[in-house]
Amino acid sequence: MENKNPTSKTPGNPTAGSASLKLLERMKAEGIETIYDRYQLQQPQCGYGQLALCCRHCNWGPCNIDPFGKGPKKGVCGADANTFAARQFLRMAAAGTASHADHARAVAYLLVAAARGEAPGYKIKDEEKLMMVAECFGVKTEGRKINEIAEEVGEMALAEFGKPYGTQLFVKRAPESRQKLWEKLGITPRAIDREVAESMHRTSMGTDQDYRNLIKQAMRLSLANGWGGSMLATELQDILFGTPKPVLGKSNLGVLKKDYVNIIIHGHEPIIAEAIVMATSDPSLTKAAQAVGAKGIAIAGICCTANELLVRHGIPMAGHMTMQELAVATGAVELMVVDVQCIIQALADTVQHFHTKLITTLSKAKICGAEHVEVDEEHAVEAAKKIVWMAIDNYPNRNPSKVFIPEDTGAEVVAGFSHETIKYMLGGRFRASYRPLNDNIMNGRIRGVVGIAGCTGPKVPAGDENYVSLVKELISKDFLVVGTGCAAGQCAGSGVMIPEFKDACGKGLKEVCETVGIPPVLHAGACVDNSRILIACSEMVKEGGLGNDISDLPVAGVCLEWMSEKAIAIGQYFVASGVFTVFGMNSPVTGAPDVLKLLTEGLEEQVGARWAFERDMKKIPQLLMDHIEKKRDALGINVAKERKLYDMEDRRKLEV
Amino acid sequence: MSKIIAAAAIRGAHKIVQKAEKKLAETVAQKGRDCPVEFPNTGYYLPIIYSMTGIPVKTLGDCFKILEMAKGMLPPVPEERHWLPYLGHALDAGMATLFAEEVLEGCKYLIGPHPVEGIWLGAADDVIMRERGIEFVDGTAPGFAAIVGAAPDADTAVKIARELQQKNLYVFMSANTHGVSFAEQLTSKGVQLGWKTRLVPFGKDITATVYSLGFANRAALAFGAVKPGDFRRNLLYNKNRIFAFVMALGEVDDEKYANAAGAINYGFPTIADTDIPEILPTGVCTYEHVVSQIPHDRIVDKAIEVRGLKISIHKIDIPVPYGPAFEGERIRKEDMYVELGGPGAPGFEFVVMKDTHEITDGKITMVGPDLEEFKEGTAIPAGIYIEVAGRKMQKDFEPILERQIHRFIGEAQGIFHMGQRDQIRHRISKEGFKAGLRLRHVGTIIHAKFHEEYGAIVDKVQVTIYTNKAEVEKRLGEVHRAFAERDERILGMNDESVNLFYSCTLCQSFAPTHLCVISPERSGLCGSVSWLDGKASFEINPRGPNQPIEKGKVIDENIGQWEGVNRFLLENSRHKVERVSMYSMIADPMTSCGCFECISVLLPMCNGIMTVHRDFTEMTPCGMKFSTLAGSVGGGLQCPGFSGHSKFFIGSRKFMAADGGMQRLVWMPKELKEEVGHFIEKRAKELGLEDFLNKIADETTATTEEEVLAYMQQVNHPALSMAPLI
Repeated sequence: MENKNPTSKTPGNPTAGSASLKLLERMKAEGIETIYDRYQLQQPQCGYGQLALCCRHCNWGPCNIDPFGKGPKKGVCGADANTFAARQFLRMAAAGTASHADHARAVAYLLVAAARGEAPGYKIKDEEKLMMVAECFGVKTEGRKINEIAEEVGEMALAEFGKPYGTQLFVKRAPESRQKLWEKLGITPRAIDREVAESMHRTSMGTDQDYRNLIKQAMRLSLANGWGGSMLATELQDILFGTPKPVLGKSNLGVLKKDYVNIIIHGHEPIIAEAIVMATSDPSLTKAAQAVGAKGIAIAGICCTANELLVRHGIPMAGHMTMQELAVATGAVELMVVDVQCIIQALADTVQHFHTKLITTLSKAKICGAEHVEVDEEHAVEAAKKIVWMAIDNYPNRNPSKVFIPEDTGAEVVAGFSHETIKYMLGGRFRASYRPLNDNIMNGRIRGVVGIAGCTGPKVPAGDENYVSLVKELISKDFLVVGTGCAAGQCAGSGVMIPEFKDACGKGLKEVCETVGIPPVLHAGACVDNSRILIACSEMVKEGGLGNDISDLPVAGVCLEWMSEKAIAIGQYFVASGVFTVFGMNSPVTGAPDVLKLLTEGLEEQVGARWAFERDMKKIPQLLMDHIEKKRDALGINVAKERKLYDMEDRRKLEV
Repeated sequence: MSKIIAAAAIRGAHKIVQKAEKKLAETVAQKGRDCPVEFPNTGYYLPIIYSMTGIPVKTLGDCFKILEMAKGMLPPVPEERHWLPYLGHALDAGMATLFAEEVLEGCKYLIGPHPVEGIWLGAADDVIMRERGIEFVDGTAPGFAAIVGAAPDADTAVKIARELQQKNLYVFMSANTHGVSFAEQLTSKGVQLGWKTRLVPFGKDITATVYSLGFANRAALAFGAVKPGDFRRNLLYNKNRIFAFVMALGEVDDEKYANAAGAINYGFPTIADTDIPEILPTGVCTYEHVVSQIPHDRIVDKAIEVRGLKISIHKIDIPVPYGPAFEGERIRKEDMYVELGGPGAPGFEFVVMKDTHEITDGKITMVGPDLEEFKEGTAIPAGIYIEVAGRKMQKDFEPILERQIHRFIGEAQGIFHMGQRDQIRHRISKEGFKAGLRLRHVGTIIHAKFHEEYGAIVDKVQVTIYTNKAEVEKRLGEVHRAFAERDERILGMNDESVNLFYSCTLCQSFAPTHLCVISPERSGLCGSVSWLDGKASFEINPRGPNQPIEKGKVIDENIGQWEGVNRFLLENSRHKVERVSMYSMIADPMTSCGCFECISVLLPMCNGIMTVHRDFTEMTPCGMKFSTLAGSVGGGLQCPGFSGHSKFFIGSRKFMAADGGMQRLVWMPKELKEEVGHFIEKRAKELGLEDFLNKIADETTATTEEEVLAYMQQVNHPALSMAPLI
C-alpha cells in the first residue's frame, strides 16, 4: 500500500522491501534463478578466500595459510598472512580505483570532444563549475571562449591519469593541514594510472612484502581515487550534464509504467544515459512508441546510473543493484541498456525468460548473450536513438500476462544534494555557505553527519533494508545523513528521502530540516560522487568552528553491505582523508590480525582516522554515534555554552 | 513551520516585484527611459542594488535589467507535499524584494507619491549617512531596530521607542498595520522624530524598509572599504558589524515576510509581537532568525538577545530617561521651564583639576536655590563648577573633560545643552521639571559619566552648582582667567615641540588599512580627535585606539615624513601603507576612512586646491560631489591629489604646507568659508596675505574649474603666481 499520509508520525514506505520480495516470489514460482539462489549454491563459501589467506599471485601457488596455526604459516615464497592479506587489500583498492578512474577518463575524453565540437549533442552545461575547475587547474580563463577553456580543462584532466611528475591537482581542495599531513607521510597521490600500476607491481610475486608499506600504498592509491579519479568524474560530469540541484523524483520498481515502452539504463557512467535522455526527447520516437500501441517511452535507472539521472533530471530510479534482475522480471522492460560496473552476467539469463533485450554499449564491457551496440562520443545520440528504436520495436513482443509491476511501491524522493546545492540552500545565492550547518552542529541541534555509501547484496535476507533502519535510528537521534550509491538508492526507494520525513527526526534535526526545507537523509549521487562528501567535509573545516582538519569533524562514514572492490578504495580514501569508516560484514583482512589491527587502530595515529568492521548490523549505529560524540567532546562543543553577546570590542574582532 | 514563512516571503516577493514593474512602466510612460532616477544626494546610486550587483542605476532604463534580475531570483512557492529546500530560495526572494523596492521608491521620487512628505523622511542622503555612520563605527550607536508596522496603541509605541533610545539604538520606521504606523503613533504622543533623536521615520509603505537596509549597505561601502558588487563581504560586514534587527509589530503579511527575508540576508533577525512561526536554528543570522509572540514589555530585551548584542548602560539615578538619542531632542521656547544662562543671566561650565585631598568624590552642592524656586519661562544664573582629581589627571585634560559636558548632560531627556565655557544657554523642559528633574541632577550625571568614561584618569569628582547671581559672577573671574591661560598653552603647542604624535585606529573596524596620524597641528580627519584627545585617550586606555607614535628620525621635514611614523604606519595598516606625509596631499598623502569633515582636491588648471565639507551637497569645481569624492577616496586608500581632513586643519600652519600651504586654497563652499573664516583670516595675516578670504571662490562665484580660474584672475589670487603645483 502506498503511504497515503506522508506527514504521519512514521513516514517512509514500510512496504518498500516488499517490492523485491513480491518479485522474488514470482521468479521463484517461474523457476528463474536469482542472486539469492546462486548465493545459496555457493555455500559454504571458501574459508581461505574469506579470510584473505589464499594467494594465487604466482604459479608456485595457489598457497594457503592455516588460520588455526596447525598447517602452513607461509606460502611457498615465504609470504606470511600479513603479506597475503595486505596484497589482496591493495589489489582490491587498485581495481576499485581503476574503475572510477576509467569512468573519469571517459568523461574527460568526452569533455574534450564536446569542446571541440566532435561530440554532437553534448555541450558545456555548467560554466560556473568549469571556471572553478579551470581555476583549480591553473587554466587561464580571462578573455577566452568557453570551449577553449573546456578543451584545456579536459586535456589537463587527462594528464591527471598519466603525468610523469607532480601530484593530483584536486588535492589542494583539501584542508591545508590534511595536505601537509599527506606530504609528511608521503601519500599525496601522483598520477592515477601510476598509482594503480605501481600497486599491481608491488603486489606481484616477490616485490613489496611489508604489510605496513602495502597499506600505506593503499592510502596513496585510494587518495588518487577520492581526490583524483572520482572527483574528476564528478566535476567533469557536472560541467557536461549540470551540477545536481534539488529535484523531486520517484524510486523503486513501481516507477515502471505498464503501458509504456520501458527502457532501463543500468551501470555507472552517465554518458550513455544522457544520450538516451537526449534521444527520447525526439517527439518522433514518442510517436513511434504510440504507433506500436504504447502511451510513450519511459526511462528508469538502476544502480548508479539511476542515481546520476535522478540527481540531475529527476528521472525515476527503478532500484539499487540487487534489484537489477527483479526489474527484468517485471516483464515490462523492453530493453535494458548497460555500460560498466556492477552489471551481473546473470542478466543475460534472466532476459531469456522475457522479451527484454539486454544491450551492452562499450567495447570494454561486453556480456555473452547480450546484443552489443557500440556507443562512442561522436555518434552517441545516433546510437542512443538506435537503442530506443530497438526498445520500441520490442514493445509488441511484450507478453501482458507476464507483466507484474508492484505499482504501489514507487516512493517519492527529493534528491540532488551536491556540495554546491548544500551551500546554496543554506544561505541563498548571496549568503551561500556551510555556516548554518557548522553552527547547528556546534549548538548540538545536529549531533554530526554520517555518510552512507556503497553496495547492497544477497548476504542479507532479501527485502531487508539495513540502510533504511540505520538512517531511521540515526536521524531519530539528530544525526544528519548524506547518502550515495546503492545505499542512497535503497533509502530513495523507501520514502525516507522526502522532507516530510523530518517528523521521524529528533527535535534538533527536525528544526533544522524545517528551517532549510530538506529531508534528513540527503541524496548526493552515485558512488563516484563520494568525492562530493570529501569536498563538503573540507568546506566544513574551512568554514570554521569544527577543528582544523577533517579528522576533527564530528562525521563518520558507513557501508553496510560492501561488495565491490570500489568500496574498499572508497573506504580507504575516506580513512586516509580523516573520516572514521565502518564496514558491515566481514573485514577483507580477517585472517591477518596484524593488518586488521593496523587498519582498525594503527591508522588512527597516522591519519587521525581508522576502519571498523562490524558484522552485527544492530551495533553499527551506536558505533557511529559514539565516535561522533567523542569528536564533539574533543571539540568542546558538548559543553553547553552561554550565548555570547557582542559589544563593540568583540565585534571588531570578527572577520568582515 | 518555517515553510509557512518561506512560502509567504516568496509570495510577497512576487507581489512586490510585480508592483515595481507596474510602477516602472508608469514612470517610464511619464518621464521616458532616459530620465535619471536616484535617491537624493548619494554617491551610491540605488544603494542595495549597487552594493549587491555593482550596477550603478542611473536612468529608468537601467531599472529594467534590475527587475529582470529580480525576476530571475524569484523562486516558485514551495509545494504542499514533497517540497524542495526553501531557505535559499526565500533568501533570494527577499533580495529580489529589496531590488524591486528600490526601483519602486526611486520611481516615487519621480512621479510620487513623494517619499518625503509630512513626517516621512525618505532616503538618508550621504551627509546623514556619514555623520551617523560614524556612530556605528565608534560604538555610540550599537545598531538599529527596523520597526515594521505599528504597536497596538500609541502608549506602547512610545514605551518601546523610549526603551530603544535608552539602549542607544537607532529606530528606523517603515510600513503600517492596517493603516496605522509606529511613527505616527509616536508623533501623536508628541515624541520628536528625526535623525537627531534617533527615531527615523522612513516611510509608511512597506517598501520604505529598503531605506534601512540600504543605509546598512552604504555603511559597509563607505567605512568598510567593501567594493560595490562584493555582495558577500557587504552582507557579512553587516552581520558582524552593524547589529540591526527587524521588529515586526502587528500582523505580518506576505510583503512584510518578504522584507524580513531580505533582512535575514544581512544577518538581521526578525522579532515579532504576533504569533507567527519561528525559525530558531542559527547560521545565516548570528542566533535565531525569527522569534515571535514576544510581549511588548520584553520585546526590546528579547531583540537585543536574539541579535547577540551587548549594551552596557550604566544606570544614572535621575528621574528622566538618559541616552545619546535624547541629546538630539530640542526644547522649544514654549516647552521650556527655564534657561540656564542667557540674556541677563550669567552662566558657565568649568572643569578644574584639584589635588585629591582637596575634594570629596560625589559631593554635589547647590549654592543658591534649585529649579522649583524660579519662575517658569525665565533665564536663571547658573555656574556648573566641576572639580576633579586623579593620579593620572593632567592639567591638559581639563578642556577635554569640559567638552564632554555637552554630551553628558544633553543626553538626559529634558535638558537641552547649548554653548560652552561662559557662553551657555541650557534649557530645562517643563516635562522634565514635572518628572522631578532638578539642577542637582546635573551634578549626578556629571559625577556618574566622568567616572564611567574617564575612570582611568579621574578618581574624584565634585560638583558645585551656583544659581545665586552674585556667586556666579564671583566665580566667573576665576573661570575667565583659567580659560585665557588654557588658550595660551594650547596655542603654543606645535608639531616641532613634541616628540610624540598619536595614532587613531578607531575606524579600523570599518576601514582596516586606515589610520590617522594626529599631531598638534593636524587633528584627526573626522574633526573629533585632537592631539590632546589622543594623549588623554591613551592615558585612559593604554591599549585603546590612540597610541603614541615616536616621530623618530626626520626623513623630510618639509613634507612631514619621519621614520618612526612610517614604521608605525606600515605595522598598523596591515602592511598596506608604507609612507605618509603629514603636510602634503601630493606625495604620500594620508589615507582616509571615509568620515572626514572636509576633502581637499587638486585643481590643476588653477594651480591650487579646493576644499569641500560634508554638508555641501552640490556639484564642486572638480566635477565630483562630496559624496562621490568620499566614495572614491575613503576606505584606507592613498590617493595623491586628494586628502581628507578636519575643518580645524584648514587654518593650521601645516595645512598642505609642502604643497604651498593655505595660499593654495582657491575654492570652498560659502558655508564652510563662513564657519572657518576666522581661522583663515588669522593665518592669512601671519602669511601677509591681504583680503585672502574674499579671494577664495565659492559656489556663488564659480561652479566649474574654468570659472574658478576666471575668478582668481579677477581677484588676483596669490596661487596664480606660485610655483606650479605639479
